[in-house]
This record gives sequence, structure tokens and C-alpha cells, in this order.
Amino acid sequence: MIRVSELSKYFGGTRALGPVSFEIAPGETIGFLGLNGAGKTTLLRILACDLRPSAGSFAVGNVDGIADPHAVRKRIGFLPESPPVYPDMTVGDYLTFAGRIRGLPPSATTSRVREVEEVTHTIDVHDELIRHLSHGFRQRIGVAQAIVHQPEFLILDEPTNGLDPAQVVEMRAMIQDLKGKHTILISSHILPEIRETCDRLIVLGDGRLLASGSEDQLTSRLELRRIVVAVRAPVGDDAVAGAIRRCIESVAGVTRVLASGRDDGALSFHIDATGDCRAAVCRALVEGGHDVLRLDRATSELESVFLELVHGGEHASG
Amino acid sequence: MGENMRAVSIIFRRELGEYLHSLLGYLVAAVVLLIDGLLFFAQGLGPAAGERLSGEVLSRFFYNTSGLVAIAAVALAIRLIAEERQAGTLVLLSSSPVREWEVVAGKFLSAFAFLGGITMVSLYMPLLVMVNGKISLGQVFVGYLGLLLIGAACLAIGVFATALTRHQLLAAALGAAITGTMFLFWPLSIVVDPPLSRVFAALSMHARHFQGFQVGTLHLRDVVYYLAVTYFFLLLATKTLEAKRWE
Repeated sequence: MIRVSELSKYFGGTRALGPVSFEIAPGETIGFLGLNGAGKTTLLRILACDLRPSAGSFAVGNVDGIADPHAVRKRIGFLPESPPVYPDMTVGDYLTFAGRIRGLPPSATTSRVREVEEVTHTIDVHDELIRHLSHGFRQRIGVAQAIVHQPEFLILDEPTNGLDPAQVVEMRAMIQDLKGKHTILISSHILPEIRETCDRLIVLGDGRLLASGSEDQLTSRLELRRIVVAVRAPVGDDAVAGAIRRCIESVAGVTRVLASGRDDGALSFHIDATGDCRAAVCRALVEGGHDVLRLDRATSELESVFLELVHGGEHASG
Repeated sequence: MGENMRAVSIIFRRELGEYLHSLLGYLVAAVVLLIDGLLFFAQGLGPAAGERLSGEVLSRFFYNTSGLVAIAAVALAIRLIAEERQAGTLVLLSSSPVREWEVVAGKFLSAFAFLGGITMVSLYMPLLVMVNGKISLGQVFVGYLGLLLIGAACLAIGVFATALTRHQLLAAALGAAITGTMFLFWPLSIVVDPPLSRVFAALSMHARHFQGFQVGTLHLRDVVYYLAVTYFFLLLATKTLEAKRWE
């Protein structure tokens, strides 16, 4: 369990964070979401006991992070935004150093290093100098050093930062594998990454906690639902397009209908509603004689929520 | 081994490996030994050496080497923390269960071991004097003890400088400035009036406290002075690292 209470951080006279309070249960995977400068990195550095807060308190398990940061550091693995790797060391030597410095006994270090190399798919580069490796490999080695001592809590600051799409998928899969073994805290400003990996989101804006909850809880909190629907329509037939739009607008709760594109003989619409209106929209279109080719929640729904939160923070957090 | 010494030992070994695999380490060693050898030849063996006594040649050797060791110490120390901070690798240590003094001690000891190695390589020069003249082993032993002590003190100043900033050039300038100031305390003590002159003389890094080592005379006050300077600047470095956690 991590308990954070009224934590804040000032750099000079500038408030970078807080005050923020929240709790994280054991085994949870938490996503810290926020725009650049929202205070994510500051918060994670404080929780990793790399940085001291200006005010407030936090506890990891039963250990007070302010009074005994040394004890907290034993229980935490931290991957900062840029992986802290020594370019002139081989992967094996580096992970051995990281394991030993974090308290692994010499007898267990070699086998544990092999284990984390397998988990992070870096075993093939065990003897390579880190300076010769790509950014993707360095990021994986960064994760490996964070888990080598089997910490209860794993803190990953922007773990997909600078990775290409294929590497992002690999990193996401790696984090999925780590779920259940650690309580994981991940920060990101990339929404799909957060939604697919995390059980709960904590949204930060301007250093303050704007909202906390699962994706469903956040979207329902804003009473915002956006769905996307694709309906068969002949090309250039404005009458049919108008009929489809009227059909959708007739559904109770629909607040806005936006034509979003035409593809393969189908018209697509983005629909904002005050509740989950997927069934009602589908029924209305079928009863109106239209062929529904696709109907789903819009992938940008969480993005809408996020933007709504960070730009209208006062309203959302109230 | 206690938990504290375990961390110091792990950091020590990594940093020593870094010196042994880096260009900087060998460059510093080569330059120091080259200049030291040239000065020794000029003052002890060459035609300009004249009819000096062996003890005097050895004394001049320790005098020259002490200056070179001081410069080498600052040069070796500047990368220790500033480089890590600049590369973003210091966070590995600062988020690990390692205390600041353990980081400082591990890094200092690694640089000291490397500097000690360079210093001991120069031993062939006193041995040449011993073969061709008459000197006491005591003078050699005390001289090298002095070199190691002044090296430790200058290294500690360098460690403090490198803890202050992420810029290695700035760290080098700071380290050189502090060391230079402590060397200049002696000439300053000559031109100012008491009691300031006595204070400057007592703080003087080289002339006052190294003279005894040069001629083979071991004074406890000189040993204590170098150990105190070393401890003071390592303590400052530790406190600087602790303070950086609040920034």
C-alpha cells in the first residue's frame, strides 16, 4: 500500500506539485496521466525517494518515506525518463552492478540477472557494451535494472519514451507480464498506453490531482460518451446521409452528431451522448432501414475525457 | 562485510573499472609520469643536476611530484559525480538503498586507488637515486606517505567540486581554484601581518605541511592536517549530495 498525503514540491518559488493525496493498493497498476509539466515526474521521483518533497508525507507499506527513505528505496524499483545506464559497461555487468547496489547477495545475483534478461528479452546482448545498443534495448535494460532486486513497487516514468511503434508494443507486453508481480506506477501522456496497461488512472494537471478512477469511472464522471458508427450509404447521396443523421439525432441523450468520413461505401459519424446510447442508436438505424456496418465506443473517448479534465480541471475535480 | 561497506565496495569497484577502461585515466597517468620523469632527469640526472646530494635530489623529486599529484587528483576527481549527473545515471544510485556518504566514499576511494597506483609507478626514480647514491628508505617512505596524503586532500577537494555541478569544466575550474587558493596561503602568509599570517600558514596546503615529508621528517601535525582537509571536503561533498535532493 502506498499512502500519499498532502504531498507538494516547490522548486524555488515555483510550485511543481501538489498538494496531492491518494492511495494505491498492493498489486494495482496505476497510470499517472498528464500533459508535460503536470508534475508526473516530480511525483514519481519523490515516491522513488530520489527527491525530497517540500511538504506532506507518504508511506510505502508501513515505512515513512520522509523519515526513512533508505528503507523505502529497498522496496522500490525506479526507471526514470531516461534509462540510467552506463554506456561503457556490458549489459551483464551493468545489471550485476544494479542488483548488487540494490542489495542482492552475490550468490543470487548471477541467476537473477539471467532471469531479468529473459523477462526483458535482453539475454542475447548480455555481453554487449550498452553504448552499442539501440534506444529500445536501453529502455529494456532500464526496466531490467528496476526489477532486478524484485521490488514490491515498480515506478516507470514514461517507459515508452522515444520508442518506435514496434518497441512500444513490446514494452507494453513486458509491462503486462510484470503485472501481478509488482505494484506498478506508470506515467505517460500517451493515452492508449495507459488505458491498455493500467487498472486505474490518476490525472494530474498543473501539479494537482484532477481525477482518479478507472477509464469507465472517469468517462461517466464527465457524463460524456462518444461512439462511432459506420452506416452503408451510396456515394454522393445527400438525402440518405441526411436521413441517417436525423435517425441518430432522434435518439434520446444524443447531444451532437459529427460526420467524420466516408470509406468503402460507408458514412461514419461521431456521436456525443449523455449516456451509453450504443443500443438505442443501433436500433434506430436498423428500424430506419439502414445497414449498420460498425458501431463502437470512439477510441478517442478517453482522450476527450483527458482533455476535458486538464483544460477544465476545476470543474472536473470538484 | 557490513551493509555500508558493501555499498562502498561495489561503487569502488565499478569506478576503479571505469578509470582502468577510460582514456582519461591513462592520459592523466601518462602526462604526470612524463613530466615527473623529465623534471627528475633535469634536476637529478642530467648535466644541469650538478653535484647535488642524493637526499637533495630526492627532496626535489618529492617537491615536483607533489605538485603533479595535486593536479592529477583534481583532474581525476572532476568526472566522478558531475559526469553521472550530466548523463542522468546518478539517479541509479540516488534511488538505490545507498547513503550519500557511501557514494562519496566509494568514488573517492576508487580515484585514490588509481592515483596511488600512478604515484607508486614513479617509485623507479627514487630507486635510481638509491642505486647511484645514498638515501634512507625512511625518506622514501615518508615522502610517498606525504604524496598520498596531499593527493587524498586534493582528491577530496575535487570530489566536493564535482558534487556541486553537472558541468565537468566548471567542476574542474572550482576544484583548481580551491586547491590553488590553498597552495597560495603560504605566500599570502608571508605578505600579511599576524595573526592572519599564522592562520594562512597553518592552512597552507603545500609549503608548510609538505616540507617535512620532502626531507623525510614525519610530523603528526602534517598528517593530521591532510587527513582533516580530506575529511572536511568529503563531508562537504556528502552534504552537497544530500542538499541536492531538495532542489
